[in-house]
Amino acid sequence: MIKTDALIIGAGPTGLFTAHQLKIIGLDCQIVDNLDKIGGQCIELYPDKPIYDIPAIPECTGEELTKNLIKQLDPFKIKFHLNERVDEVRKDNNNWEVKTSNGTKFTTPNIIIAGGVGSFEPRKFPLKECENFENKSLFYSVKDKKIFDKKTVSIFGGGDSALDWAVELSKNSKVNLIHRRDEFRGANVTVDKVHELANLGQINLFTKYQLSGVSGSNNLENLEITNDNKEVKTLKTDYILGFFGLIMQLGPIANWGLNLNKKTIEVDTEKFETNQKGIYAVGDICTYPGKLKLILSGFHEGALAARACFKLARPNEKYRFEFTTSSKTIKDRLGVKSD
Amino acid sequence: MAKITYIENNGKEHTVDVQNGLTVMEGAVQNDIPGIDADCGGSMACATCHVYVKDDWYDKLDEKSEGEDDMIDQAYDPKKNSRLSCQITVSDKIEGLIVHLPEKQV
Repeated sequence: MIKTDALIIGAGPTGLFTAHQLKIIGLDCQIVDNLDKIGGQCIELYPDKPIYDIPAIPECTGEELTKNLIKQLDPFKIKFHLNERVDEVRKDNNNWEVKTSNGTKFTTPNIIIAGGVGSFEPRKFPLKECENFENKSLFYSVKDKKIFDKKTVSIFGGGDSALDWAVELSKNSKVNLIHRRDEFRGANVTVDKVHELANLGQINLFTKYQLSGVSGSNNLENLEITNDNKEVKTLKTDYILGFFGLIMQLGPIANWGLNLNKKTIEVDTEKFETNQKGIYAVGDICTYPGKLKLILSGFHEGALAARACFKLARPNEKYRFEFTTSSKTIKDRLGVKSD
Repeated sequence: MAKITYIENNGKEHTVDVQNGLTVMEGAVQNDIPGIDADCGGSMACATCHVYVKDDWYDKLDEKSEGEDDMIDQAYDPKKNSRLSCQITVSDKIEGLIVHLPEKQV
């Protein structure tokens, strides 16, 4: 069981700056994120898109913003738990007990949800029958590529994941690659490689087709694909892989007894606290009258939520407001020399 | 200003006036029409404002934006007449546009 003053859910810009604010005022914190990297939407959705409305930064990309926020956290050794989703939150006296998908457990008086629009999950096939085979012979990610050796694998999608795996698995498996249109959105060199392998007969390429049926008793045996002209093909297959990118879902957060408004969490504007004492929500995931979904608003919300955490983490101390320019205590925490 | 009709997957129709310059996505969000999530707020990064444009309208609209099809690849149940409603700008030209909403966005 990990004990911490505050647990932050979400390693996007708001979560990162909230961690900074907690450390500045002398609280410790840890961060959990379902993605495999730090940065949230900025890294997952628009690493290369320029952002123009971060105060004092005329222009930066999502990736640059993330790098700078991480750099700002350098003086503090913050523990990140990536690839983990917070699944359970329950009250235990004055603390919250938190459990992640990997089984990591925390006890903390404060939880700050900086979850953006929820956690990123793979987008799935619309076809209901696919659920029967999910995690048995139908997957949305590859954990162990060896299971595909000498088998027939049908890969759906047109981005880098689909193309990379088609190329990789074609070495030891029979690969069908199916995509809903002729153009692929992967890196040019991979697209060329796929076409080359298709010409050599090492990848069976089906474009303008989409999955329309799956069948098999216990394991998958056949799949059916249909194109826009309603032409149907049946393919024998042992496995299906679907790569349609990630979607954002509120996920388990919906079960924690918080007041929700559509996909957002209602908070007050003093502490950014939810209807549950000690659980705060900041950034895109919170809502209140006048809420603006801007990164800069998330920074402000995180700064105030961090101060609110102090009260529950240090019930016998009084929080004293200090400036980073003049406070010796803060400079010590930052590891910089005082004047 | 253009009248736009959004038809939910269950057949329920909503016809609203949407100001020129807004997007078809914003028209839905501002009028609380269910079925368009628009998680990313119109930056063409999420494919949760996906709509099907009624056939005869599909060719009348401006061409898809660069990268729009890449995002539609990731939409739920994409079809030939799929568009992202955040990439359709409202003008007098599209008076009477009808869009169908998919069964769900995610």
